[in-house]
Amino acid sequence: MKHEWPLWEIFIRGQHGMSHRHVGSLHAPDAEMAVKNARDVYTRRNEGVSIWVVEARHITATVPGEKGPMFEPSESKVYRHPTFFDIPDEVGHM
Amino acid sequence: MAEVDKTQLAQFLLRMGDNTLILGHRVSEWCGHSPVLEEDIALANTALDLLGQTSLWLGYAAEVRGTGETADDVAFLRDAWDFRNLLLVELPNGDFGRTMMRQFLFDAFHSVLLGRLLQSSDQTVREIAEKASKEVAYHVERSADTVVGLGDGTEESHARMQAALDYLWPYVGEMFASDETDRALAAAGVAPDPANLRDDFDALIGKVLAEATLHIPDSDFAHKGGRTGAMHTEHLGHILCQMQWLQRVYPNANW
Repeated sequence: MKHEWPLWEIFIRGQHGMSHRHVGSLHAPDAEMAVKNARDVYTRRNEGVSIWVVEARHITATVPGEKGPMFEPSESKVYRHPTFFDIPDEVGHM
Repeated sequence: MAEVDKTQLAQFLLRMGDNTLILGHRVSEWCGHSPVLEEDIALANTALDLLGQTSLWLGYAAEVRGTGETADDVAFLRDAWDFRNLLLVELPNGDFGRTMMRQFLFDAFHSVLLGRLLQSSDQTVREIAEKASKEVAYHVERSADTVVGLGDGTEESHARMQAALDYLWPYVGEMFASDETDRALAAAGVAPDPANLRDDFDALIGKVLAEATLHIPDSDFAHKGGRTGAMHTEHLGHILCQMQWLQRVYPNANW
């Protein structure tokens, strides 16, 4: 019998209009309790207005060993950065 | 509306503040000892909420008493016979299951009571209730979930939760045992008569305990003496000993 609760990844949105950000993980028996635990562990200092929880096993991640082929090819492609355009002042922060 | 007597209003405020003070202290005893980290933090949050409510209730009690005391004086310089908390909240924590069952029974009562206090004729009572009721709405949601999870859990967790309910049930009746003070406050519109909260309480716990597959004991025997101060359990003195020790040994110490 498995005694350990599953692991959940916690995402908090700090304020309206911003996106949810990963803040950490915790254990909980089910999704509802994961939300409650996230509220108690990660929002006690008024950090958020919304919480997402995802059971960690549902996250598919890149393999650290494949970092080379995965990410290095983009290192040398400076022309992909939109730094050659003049942004009009009216646009504001992008 | 009848004018409310200051002594009776103070008595009511002590009942509110002593409940949250003593339960807050009890729950804080789990800090660093809970079964899992997440519960540890959740219980500490609950204890802190209760302590925050205590400072509001006892601060107002001190003001109404008009003796120049502060909330701290009221909390730390009274002895057991002056406390007006329910016996339920001073009972030892027992195992985690019993702590959560006690929490749920109190939260259920507390949420029903605070809901009524939102309509209090006393503005300060209303304001405290507004702040506290949001915190307590979460407390009861969380403790109810835990009671259901453990009650309708494994054979062992179910047995422990049933034992907890059986042990605590005789302390439930006191929450609704009203007296002249309660009737005077009800007449003045300051607070409801606790006797009138029983139906809402029964409906709330009935639903949750049924979902938790737990059986409500078939008895209405009730230990009493906490909210009147007539006779506390032997446990209260031990709590105060630990809680008040510093103020007693080093009067007026602060940091």
